[in-house]
Amino acid sequence: MKRWLKGAHRLRVTLWTLIVPPTTWAVHFLFSYLWVAISCERIGRWALFPTAFAIGTVVALIVILASGVIAWQQSRTPGDPPPHNEGTDIDRLRFLAYSTMLLAGLSFVAVIFTAMPVLMLGDCR
Amino acid sequence: MRGKSSAISILTAGFLAGCNTHQSTLAPFGADAADIRHLFIMMLVGAVLIAGGVALLMRHAVRAPEGSIDHRKGMRIVLWLGGIIPTVVLLGLLAYSLPYMKPRPASPADLTIAVDGEQFWWRVAYAPPGRPPILSANEIRIPTGRTVAFRLSGGDVVHSFWIPGLAGKMDMIPGRINSLVVRADKPGRYRGQCAEFCGLSHALMAFDVIAMPPAAFDAWLAEQARPARPGDAAGARLFAENGCGGCHGIAGVNAPSRIGPDLTHFGSRRTLAAGILPMTEANVAAFIRHPEKTKPGVRMPSFPQLSDDEAIALARYLQGLK
Ligand code: HEC
Ligand SMILES: [Cu+2]
Repeated sequence: MKRWLKGAHRLRVTLWTLIVPPTTWAVHFLFSYLWVAISCERIGRWALFPTAFAIGTVVALIVILASGVIAWQQSRTPGDPPPHNEGTDIDRLRFLAYSTMLLAGLSFVAVIFTAMPVLMLGDCR
Repeated sequence: MRGKSSAISILTAGFLAGCNTHQSTLAPFGADAADIRHLFIMMLVGAVLIAGGVALLMRHAVRAPEGSIDHRKGMRIVLWLGGIIPTVVLLGLLAYSLPYMKPRPASPADLTIAVDGEQFWWRVAYAPPGRPPILSANEIRIPTGRTVAFRLSGGDVVHSFWIPGLAGKMDMIPGRINSLVVRADKPGRYRGQCAEFCGLSHALMAFDVIAMPPAAFDAWLAEQARPARPGDAAGARLFAENGCGGCHGIAGVNAPSRIGPDLTHFGSRRTLAAGILPMTEANVAAFIRHPEKTKPGVRMPSFPQLSDDEAIALARYLQGLK
């Protein structure tokens, strides 16, 4: 775990990795709707492979968690004391990493909130 | 002064709505509305507690001298009160309320009632399992203690079927059948209302709901399955001469029609024109001559050429159809 976290430093947070958590959330959201629509249309009831849906949800959560942890690491990159609002590379990194971490938190909760009704309602009406 | 009195009347209107026992989710006669009321009260109590807590915190924050907590502690408060606690509370509420949102299961042995929303009335067809459907309109009767499956659709535009005391509302969409399974628990006379703007007389599109003990309901339904027993011959002749039967079906007299409400057992309904007027001879006669005076935009032509006596004869004939 320690070593893995160290390695995470090499995956530099950029504007592209910033959108990983919300994109995962968006894909999971779309996937939930499609899953229910296709199940209800094809077999008339929820659901085709509910376990597969649960596994997909867990995968989405892991992706979001991983990018959150990496971002958390890099937001704590040591250096000068706050505020980190200069136009320097290190401040930019810390800013992007911190934003990614917050987005990861939001996306994590959102994926759970989306999956819960799908798993608990289980009805096509 | 004016502002004050209107504020008072708005407030009292809110409280008086609480006295309404025939069209209110807060006075449920069905299992689903009881659930909705329960959830509403839970949410209300929770919201009041949280609002109170926030108000206390705000008071504290405004009064505390500057610098009484450091940056770290401040950020921790933001994290817990602004992030973690709200998330956990919402998660808990979601987990608690989802089971209530699960649609009620229906069995093939349940009575099915097909209801179509039309501008500005309700087509009703009772379909007891294994028997031919029974047509009616503008009034719905259901047995207590049994599940009933409504199949809801729209004939022209989107309407919404809402019996507040029984269950939540459900859209009626042309070309689509939505299912709503309910169970009434308390006999009585209640009211439903169209809850999706559908045209000029949308607000005048309501209906009576009568929940009856199962034995009484079965007897009533058997009675409804019989064709009409027309009396008044003068009225019957006027009905045929004026072409009323082209739009209004009367089982045993003319063919069913989808254009206007079925009148086979019109006389046994409690209200006229989709829950709008009391069912009196004078009201029926007046409605037949000038329906648009009661309901702007109504899809029934007016019959001003009918004399007072003719209108009364028609009303008497129709009200005789028990
Ligand atoms: C073109 C079709 C049409 C014709 C013809 C017509 N009606 Fe109607 N009628 C309607 C429609 C549509 C309504 C529903 C009005 C509403 O409530 O929005 C209605 C409603 C009624 C109602 C109230 C029904 C209820 O359930 O409360 C009565 C009574 C009635 N018509 C009687 C007559 C009589 C009597 C005639 C002949 C003199 C007649 N109608 C001719 C279409 C028609
Ligand atoms: Cu309406």
